[in-house]
Amino acid sequence: MSQTASQSIRPLTLTIQGGVDKDGHPDGVPSMEIARGEIIGIVGPTGSGKSTLIADIEQFAWGDTPSGRRILINGLPPAPELRSDPRKKLVAQLSQNMHFLADMSVGEFLRMHAKSRGKDPALAERVISLANTLTGEPVNPSFQLTILSGGQSRALMAADIAVISDSPIVLIDEIENAGIKKQEALRLLAGEGKIVVVVTHDPMLALMASRRIVMKNGGMVKVISTNEEEQKIFKDIEKVDGWLASLRETIRQGEAVS
Amino acid sequence: MKMVVAAGTPGSGKTSVLMHAVRDLIRAGHHPALVKIDCMWTEDDARFKRLDVPVAVGLSRDMCPDHYAIYNFQEMMDWAAGEEADILLNETAGLCLRCAPYPDKALAICVIDVTTGPNSPLKVGPLLTTADAAVMTKGDLVSQAEREVFRERIIEANPGCRIIEANGLSGKGSAELAELIRTWPDVEGEMVLRHNPPLAICTLCTGELRVSKEHHRGVLRHLDGFMEYVGE
Repeated sequence: MSQTASQSIRPLTLTIQGGVDKDGHPDGVPSMEIARGEIIGIVGPTGSGKSTLIADIEQFAWGDTPSGRRILINGLPPAPELRSDPRKKLVAQLSQNMHFLADMSVGEFLRMHAKSRGKDPALAERVISLANTLTGEPVNPSFQLTILSGGQSRALMAADIAVISDSPIVLIDEIENAGIKKQEALRLLAGEGKIVVVVTHDPMLALMASRRIVMKNGGMVKVISTNEEEQKIFKDIEKVDGWLASLRETIRQGEAVS
Repeated sequence: MKMVVAAGTPGSGKTSVLMHAVRDLIRAGHHPALVKIDCMWTEDDARFKRLDVPVAVGLSRDMCPDHYAIYNFQEMMDWAAGEEADILLNETAGLCLRCAPYPDKALAICVIDVTTGPNSPLKVGPLLTTADAAVMTKGDLVSQAEREVFRERIIEANPGCRIIEANGLSGKGSAELAELIRTWPDVEGEMVLRHNPPLAICTLCTGELRVSKEHHRGVLRHLDGFMEYVGE
């Protein structure tokens, strides 16, 4: 058998080899290499193929998804067990679907998730305290998962990815709908040299990325590098966002805005 | 001839998962044939026929659909051989969870819906515990953490089984399932069930309609677990 990348290799690069768009035309981006520590954005209108691209990366597509794309780790095809065994999984995903269906308490669920990843169940407490730094509505280990708000679920899953999943590649789908401190969540997830790929229309998150892939009709059309002008604009957006966040908090506390 | 028995609760996505796998098998040069077993009514055969493969339907009507499938396996294989198929796929009705209509030499697949919650792998019984592969569907509706907890529960119920995460809408996972089918050994000689069917020797089986114990004979189990034999 030919050489494959296994989990013993901590990935340094992730390569997306282009496939085809919805009409079978080749991707405008034939190949893209992403290095450790990089944040990459994916942008484009609804139905342009952003979630499909995320799914290709998540399952390490090998010409066997509708797009025909291939994903390489350190320039090599990933070993089959990397696709499915959570103990070996290189990818953690924060998806749009954050409704929990499991009828369990937060603490019980996190302990079981730690077990499924081969980690210490006591990490559950760290996940909850970290989640509570990302959301204004505190999460308690005895809460039932099914009653959590969207913001609480997002915060919990972001913290779960940082602490329990701890995978070198993190995929985030539309974090801006979250009701959590999105920028802090992204910094938390991008920590320690991870590769972060984030689907977003949020100007702040998009400009936190060093490059962004533009999607159209299912295909990767082009890649834009965040330039100096955009980095200046990012600083402005950050200020505005901080101001909005403080106004939101004032209103939440039942005080008058001045 | 290879034989695949796909079981799973109603609505878990058996038909959608099999349709994607059939497309992959045809692409790889195989000739699959399908038998759908149901109780009263099915239109799955119309869906399968769109794939341009031989399709047969068996309706068990007033009989248990798993019992009906089990004593008809040879007939299904003879039919598939007559259609010049090299793989027989049997989709079961998927009902009471007490049975597991898996012959020992067939590839036994349990299709299980992630949205039923992480306790469901422990409830499904022999359908999952005696399967060779568990196909997890609808994983796109929950978080990755919940999928992984679900997966852990499957491993608790059946430590040796192969787990495939599939999506009946997008076709994710079907290539992996098709590969498993392609590499499964052919069935030969006599086959036996992996798990005993339920003890269905009661007066209800013979058509008694009246409720409560005074009208029933045979081995009766009370709500508190006490079992008694009533009869000759």
